[in-house]
Amino acid sequence: MQELDVQMHVNGKVISGRVESRTHLGDFLRQSAGLTGTHLGCEHGVCGACTVIVDGDAVRSCLMLAVQADNCKVTTIEGIAEEDGSLHPLQEAFRNNHALQCGFCTAGMITSLHAFLTENPNRSETEIREAISGNICRCTGYQGIVSAAMEAAEKLANR
Amino acid sequence: MGVRQIGARVQRVEDENLIRGDGKYVDDIQLPGMVYAAFLRSSMAHAKFTITDITAAQALAGVYSVMTYDTLPSTLVSKTQLETYPAPIIKQSVCPDLLAGKEVAHVGQAIAMVVASSRHIAEDACELIQVDYTTLPVAVDVTEAAKPNGPLAHSHLKDNIAASIETKFGDVESAFSECDDTLKLSFKQHRGGCHAMECRGVLGDWQQQLGELTLYSSTQCPYLVRRMVSRQLDCPESSIRVIAPDVGGGFGPKAGYYPEEALIAIATKELRRPVKWTEDRREHFTATNQQRDQIWELEVGFKKSGEIKAIKGHVTHDSGAFLNYGLLLSATTLMPLPGPYKVKNLHVTLNTVYTNTVSTSPVRGAGRPNAAYAMDRVIDAVARRLSIDPADMRQINLVKNEDFPYQPGSKHRNGSMMTYDSGDYTGMLEMVKEMANYDGFRKEQKEARANGKYLGIGLACFIEDTGMGPYEGVNVRVDVTGNIIASTGASSQGQGHATVIAQVIAEELDIEIDKIRVESGDTGKFPHGIGAIGSRTGVNVGLSANDAAGQVKVMALKLASQVLDKREDELELSDGAVRVRSDSNQFITLADLALQLSPAVAGKLPEGFDSAGLEAVSYLSTDYMPHSSGANIAKVEVDVVTGGIKILDYYVVHDCGRILNPMIVDGQIIGGVVHGIGNAMFEQMVYDDVGNPMTTNYGDYLLPLASEMPKIHVSHIETPSPANPMGLKGAGEGGTIPAIGAMINAIEDALTPFDAYIAQYPVTPEYILELVDTEKIAAE
Repeated sequence: MQELDVQMHVNGKVISGRVESRTHLGDFLRQSAGLTGTHLGCEHGVCGACTVIVDGDAVRSCLMLAVQADNCKVTTIEGIAEEDGSLHPLQEAFRNNHALQCGFCTAGMITSLHAFLTENPNRSETEIREAISGNICRCTGYQGIVSAAMEAAEKLANR
Repeated sequence: MGVRQIGARVQRVEDENLIRGDGKYVDDIQLPGMVYAAFLRSSMAHAKFTITDITAAQALAGVYSVMTYDTLPSTLVSKTQLETYPAPIIKQSVCPDLLAGKEVAHVGQAIAMVVASSRHIAEDACELIQVDYTTLPVAVDVTEAAKPNGPLAHSHLKDNIAASIETKFGDVESAFSECDDTLKLSFKQHRGGCHAMECRGVLGDWQQQLGELTLYSSTQCPYLVRRMVSRQLDCPESSIRVIAPDVGGGFGPKAGYYPEEALIAIATKELRRPVKWTEDRREHFTATNQQRDQIWELEVGFKKSGEIKAIKGHVTHDSGAFLNYGLLLSATTLMPLPGPYKVKNLHVTLNTVYTNTVSTSPVRGAGRPNAAYAMDRVIDAVARRLSIDPADMRQINLVKNEDFPYQPGSKHRNGSMMTYDSGDYTGMLEMVKEMANYDGFRKEQKEARANGKYLGIGLACFIEDTGMGPYEGVNVRVDVTGNIIASTGASSQGQGHATVIAQVIAEELDIEIDKIRVESGDTGKFPHGIGAIGSRTGVNVGLSANDAAGQVKVMALKLASQVLDKREDELELSDGAVRVRSDSNQFITLADLALQLSPAVAGKLPEGFDSAGLEAVSYLSTDYMPHSSGANIAKVEVDVVTGGIKILDYYVVHDCGRILNPMIVDGQIIGGVVHGIGNAMFEQMVYDDVGNPMTTNYGDYLLPLASEMPKIHVSHIETPSPANPMGLKGAGEGGTIPAIGAMINAIEDALTPFDAYIAQYPVTPEYILELVDTEKIAAE
């Protein structure tokens, strides 16, 4: 299997490595960069758990090869908090609204919503439900997640 | 201090790590020298087979070992998976070989294990193993498999019946003869699989010098895994430490003992390296237990008044290929009958039948959602026959408040009579009707029908036996820093048990919650445990945590009394210190008290204390099983042209006794309801007629999504259980149990103009269109 060099900016740091061409971005982030906060739920591109932000877009890291992310700017759940280490409004709202139980889908939910609300924080409940309709949560029934997103959206709109 | 903790919406102590991406699930753990396992799994549903070549796999660069049935170590007690829950009533118990020997019984059954330097290479090597299959007749459909001459799921059996069980009380035949009318109804129930967002995972780390095995597993039952691996490998339990770190959802199927747990233990011992296996999602569909099919045939006898007098019938339960989880699913199907309704004469039999599909074990609610569904479908069918409103029909038949404690006549698995301890079933029904504006909706429905819109409303009432013993212990220890360490045999898969345990201890010891560290899911930290199943953890750990903390408080006051030279009734424990009530400047901290009970060398224990440490353990459980209960209403709109179903709203009134943390309970209920909605509308594990699984990803197997879910309105009543001193009842599965019935009753109600009878779930758009008479739409 051919190996290739990759380099990307992950959460503000330059990460480089040598990977087999078949290595997907999720495995690269988890295994080579040690960022295990990104979770692989299905590796079929359906469940959304592995979502990370690549150059501003929410991307399923199981559907993107590591080599495709060469020279990209990647943000994972570990890079969501504010620079001083305090929680991002989305993270805070997830805790306030009991928007997580087992926590496995949480990284993908937060990164998906981060990309969605960064584009435009003025969103209706229906739009938010639509935005996370590619992220599966087995625990919460989504209600807490939607409430958290609404709470965070309001804070982000007033920033 | 003195802040009320129990009953407060305390934020979860678990969340900080999880929202930052700092959780630690099995697959996140990296150990030095670790290698990776992958499994070659059967591509045939039923076949004899021989492995003709493994040399190419062995020769692949990076491969450490290729293991098959023949190369399993001879030191094993058995090469076949040991029975987890053996029972005398099981007529034919078949468990899988850890790696299949000569015959495979479902697609996905493990045939070989490859360990290699990467998962990629391990999977590459699996593809190089040559297997010759000779196909055998395949039992897929459970009705066919149950017939005397049906295709055999295992070639060595004479029939596919694993066991026959029944629930029987009253005098069914004479009750039928006294009825005004009877009706028969049959239906198929299909509950999908686990689908925790984290698949299963096992990481074994054998330390040769210590003779110790550490097994990380994404299990709900670390102590069960320890016991079974210990017995299978014939090594003492004390040499095995099972750790369930953060676990990404359980929902039942992670409660079993799986071949992979034994195999990873074997692999790490042989290779003397850490070996990790992470299930992929396709494997989750073909190798993790599911719940799937039950075929119900019931006959019900009733009075013109609506009073149901007797029920008899038969259930055919699809066990899948093996019975590695015993009869728990079958037993929990019959045991809850007749639910919250007073039916004094009942006889239902159940056959557990082998098929060439993935094995089954409980999924959230186990058989209880099936039993609840059966009763709520019976109620609606009789209501329709008698033209009685379904809500009134329920009021006629519900157990009344003056009936408690009520014994329906059925028996619990341990042989004792089922006893409903407390509740207000009729009150909850009225409450949920009011929340949903039931009477108003009936008017709205009538008007909508006139405009060609089909609205429906469905009810469901249920009971749930919870808090099953014998225990889930908690040890409370005051650390020499003054922090409280609570260790417990309970494990968690997202339910927030650490928060609840901390709340209970914080209230009893009057200390801040962030001073409490909860250690759980680790057999190395606490000697005994059962597991997170059956809505039992909150009840058992709540009682034990409260009791252990209470004992610690008694010790602290006794010792402080000596140190401060005051009577105990002159002292109080608050904010981490025992203080003199009349002079708050006189106090001794819990840290100092703990130090006195943990003296250094040549020190001595205080007078009257003969054990080290300021700590106490409790295994206090509930005297008998408290019954949670509830009433639900679903509102739907059915598009009779497309077959689409829109869920308009969903209402829950739930009673789990005294609530420890309402935020967490609401989370359990709402998540549970959505699981039930998934069963009712989406989740379907499909096999073709030769046993190939057709739904092995989330594009084909549908789960509920945010865009389809309604607002779920939850209210509670709290009738404290008399079965335990805190009045607790369980809450983990009460969302799911009634939800399927409420949903299907609502959908059928919407289709009343078509006289539709829903005979199966999930109800897909295609099925709706089968039920709807298009000529009738045209006529309207």
